[in-house]
This record gives sequence, C-alpha cells and structure tokens, in this order.
Amino acid sequence: MTTTDLQRPATAPAFQHISSGRRAKNMTATVLVSAAFVIAVAPLVWLLWTVLEKGFTHVLTADWWQKSLAGLTGRQEGGGAYHAIYGTLVQGLICAVIAVPIAIMVAIYLVEYGRDSKLAKWITFTVDILSGVPSIVAALFIYALWVTTLGLPRSAFAVSLSLVLLMIPVVVRTTEELLKIVPDELREASYALGIPKWKTIVKIVVPTALSGIITGIMLAVARVMGETAPVLILVGYTQFINYDPFGGNMASLPLFMNSERLTTNEIGEARVWGAAVTLILIITVINLLATVISRLTAVKTK
Amino acid sequence: MAKRIDVKDLNLFYGKFHAVDGVTLSVPPRNVTAFIGPSGCGKSTVLRSLNRMHEVIPGARAEGEVLLDGEDIYASSVDPVSVRRTIGMVFQRPNPFPTMSIRDNVVAGLKLAGVRDKKKLDEVAERALRGANLWAEVKDRLNKPGGGLSGGQQQRLCIARAIAVQPDVLLMDEPCSALDPISTLAIEDLITELKKDYTIVIVTHNMQQAARVSDQTAFFNLLGVGQPGRLIEIDDTEKIFSNPTEKATEDYISGRFG
Repeated sequence: MTTTDLQRPATAPAFQHISSGRRAKNMTATVLVSAAFVIAVAPLVWLLWTVLEKGFTHVLTADWWQKSLAGLTGRQEGGGAYHAIYGTLVQGLICAVIAVPIAIMVAIYLVEYGRDSKLAKWITFTVDILSGVPSIVAALFIYALWVTTLGLPRSAFAVSLSLVLLMIPVVVRTTEELLKIVPDELREASYALGIPKWKTIVKIVVPTALSGIITGIMLAVARVMGETAPVLILVGYTQFINYDPFGGNMASLPLFMNSERLTTNEIGEARVWGAAVTLILIITVINLLATVISRLTAVKTK
Repeated sequence: MAKRIDVKDLNLFYGKFHAVDGVTLSVPPRNVTAFIGPSGCGKSTVLRSLNRMHEVIPGARAEGEVLLDGEDIYASSVDPVSVRRTIGMVFQRPNPFPTMSIRDNVVAGLKLAGVRDKKKLDEVAERALRGANLWAEVKDRLNKPGGGLSGGQQQRLCIARAIAVQPDVLLMDEPCSALDPISTLAIEDLITELKKDYTIVIVTHNMQQAARVSDQTAFFNLLGVGQPGRLIEIDDTEKIFSNPTEKATEDYISGRFG
C-alpha cells in the first residue's frame, strides 16, 4: 500500500529531525573542541615521548640509582645520578616539613578564625601575590637574607628555604578552598555536642578535608622539586654525594642536568636525558602516591 | 536530669538587625514545647539561643536571661561549651560526621571530651542507639560510615549522638523537614519516648506535628518585613489549637495566613 497525501496526518509530527543548520553547528563545535584538545596535548605527548625515548635506557641500570659521578670525567662512561636524586628528594622534604605546618595553620586561621576580618583579607591578598612570585625572585631573596645579610654559606638548606616561599602560597590556597567546602553544619553539630572550637577543627573539620589537603601538598612538593632557579643560585653543583644539607655543595636533578649539558658529547647527553626521565619518574610516583593516599583517607559512605 | 527553662525578656540580634524582640516563656521539665510560626519569625533563632548556638554566627548576640533551673546560661562567667554539653541540639538536615563510623558518630561527644574507655563507649553507643530506635537497624554495621544510612536513619543517628552525652534538654530545629512521612513518624514516636527523660523544645513548620507531639505550643509572628519577631502566645497545645487567645494565632492555625 502506498502512502498518499490524503493519508498523511493533518498535523506535523511532534518530534522533528535535527535540522541541517544545527547539525552543521554541532559538527563545527565538535571539530573546534577536538582540535583544541589535540593542540594542547600534542606538545606534551611529544615532550614526554622525546624524553623517554632518549633517556629511558640510561636509567635502567642499577648504577644510575646507586652511584654518583665521583671521579668520573665527561669522557668516562658509568656512574649514576644518586647524588642528584638524593639532593632533589632531601631539599623537597626539608621544604615540605617547614612549609606544610605553616601553610595549614595559615589556612585554618583564614577559614576558621579570620573569616572576614581585615587581617585575613590582607593575608589572602599577600598569599595571592606570593603565589605569583617567580622562583628566581624567591631564590634571590633568600640569597640576600641567608648569604648576604646573615653571612651563612650557600647550602641545600637555603634552597629548601626558597622552595618554602614557593610552596606556602600553593598549600595555603588549596587548604583554604578545601576547608571552605566543609559544611558549617558539621561545625555546628560539633559545637552542639559541647566540643570546643579547636577540637572541632582538629577532629572534625581537618579530617573531613584531609584527603584533598594531602593531594594538594603532594602536588606542591612535586612542583617545587623541579624548580631550577633556587638550586642555580643557592647551592653549587658537585659530582660527589653530600648528605649535609647545611654545608657544602649538593647536587639535584635540575642542577645535574644543567651541569652535564656542558659536557658536549654522547655521555653528557645521555646523562641529561636520564636525569630528565628520573625527575619525571619521581614526580609521577609522588602523584600516584597522592592519589593512593587521598583514596585511603577519602570520606567513605559505604 | 531533665531541667526547666525560663526565658526572660530575651532580645536577639544579627549585627544591627533586631531579629527577636522581648521573648519571655517557660518550659517545664519532661515536657515537649513546640515553636510554630511563619518563616523568618525568629523561632529557630530563639531555639538556637537556648544553648548559645546563636552566637556562633558572626555578629549575632543576645540580650536578656535564659535560666536553666534558675542558673543564667548567659552569665558572664559561664562557658558556652559547658552550656552546649548540657543542652543538646538536633538540626534540620541530618549531619553525621562523614569521617566517622556509626559507632564513632554516636560517641563523638564523649570521645572528643576525652573518654577513652572502650567498654564504656560501647555501652553508651548501644544505649543511645536503642534510645534513638536505631539499634536494630545498625547493630551489624556499627563500623560502617554514618553517611551510608538513609536520611531518616541519619537523623536518628544524630539524635542518638545528641542523647549520648546525656544532656538535660534536647533542642530540635525542624528535625523532620527533610524526611519522608514514615521516617517522620519514627522520629515523632521517639520524641514521645524521649519526653520521659528530657525536656524537649522543637521547632516545626508542620502544625499537625506540633499538635501530635507537644504538650505546649508557642506561636511566633512578625508584624512586618524588617520588624523583629515576637512571641504572640504560649499555652497548652490543646488550647492553642482549639481556642487560642490571640486572633493572629487562630488565623495562622486555621490557615488564613502564613
């Protein structure tokens, strides 16, 4: 049976096809968004690929993780980056130990005590400015304070101090945002049980936000570990292992790369790429740890 | 345990805004008092002032006297923390502590006050959960997070948490407004039981609820926008709902306004 005009319904059906204009707009937008994604991600993937391709084979030896370059010249193969890995980790750790308690207490003040006071607003403003300070400015400030004014030697500890300046604003900001999203209802529930304010903060508010705070701290640590300006200015490079953060030169991965860059042969090149891969690996491991810890401490409902 | 409350000429402020004007009322022990009235009339504000939760809000302050068995909770020597330990509160939305298990939620008040004895805490948890009619439902999952319970169960968990510290008075700020009728019924039954041991003050928007659970009812109203709320009348619930003295009360209850 064929359909004739007479058999067609008198009114148009309620649901129409997608019009060609909308289809075209949808296509254009999809292409634009996808293209933006590719443009953003391509250089990152390229960078990661180049670094891994050129450096990954060099970090596969046990020597790389266990030995320094002590006694080796730029023409001799072998040795490792242990001295630089140690430096990067210990400088990051000292920085975190100093910066994290200060930053968390500042954030607690801002959210729980300061609220809308003038002092709190002033601190927030300062933290915002500090978070925009370039790392070289932080490094020069510590140089002026530590070396010029106090007359102390350049050291890994001075590097950690300048990293502290870079880390505090980041941790304050993330902690502040996380404490703010803890509902006031929880604070009130705690007060109504006759729990004092400080205990409410320590036992109720901070644990509720803890998972996010830990993630923020780990990401901040990963970030400062790659900072280059402070190590260039505040400590000298050495091929030897130095366990003393307060005296003598201490290598770190950025410094190692900067130094080996000057060894213009294949051996130097291999060391630079190897150090780059090592730094990326360390930061990846820290990020993974952050994810795991935040999962473990996350608020559960089941 | 249960104590009486006498409020004398209480004025409440949020910053410069005069929220509640000159409230005077008495709540006898082992008695349920319901606060009713239109939104914004200050009934929740008065309730929160009864255990000094009002002043937690920045800029909020209170003038006047609130006597608990004759002792002024607003006297300058009184620690608000100790007032709140004596006068518990249940809030509109269930708010169990998300990081804690069901058991830890119930004993949070004691644990954070320094009680360490595990046996005693377990006893308190069971007694409070039984008191809140929740024991049978949660006894097999005491170590699971409180956030996994249903809304009605969470609210009973909050009531268990409030009675675990053995307060003298229990304040409830619209405890059923976020719950379905069956959970509401469970909470109303619970209020009737808790009345044996506690002095209870409940704010509610549901007039049937006020009629069902309370012994006396206070009607609050405000004369206009920006005006402070006032206590219009307080009397036995039966009288308020059948033959109120004030015309405004009758209008509100019969649904002619509000």
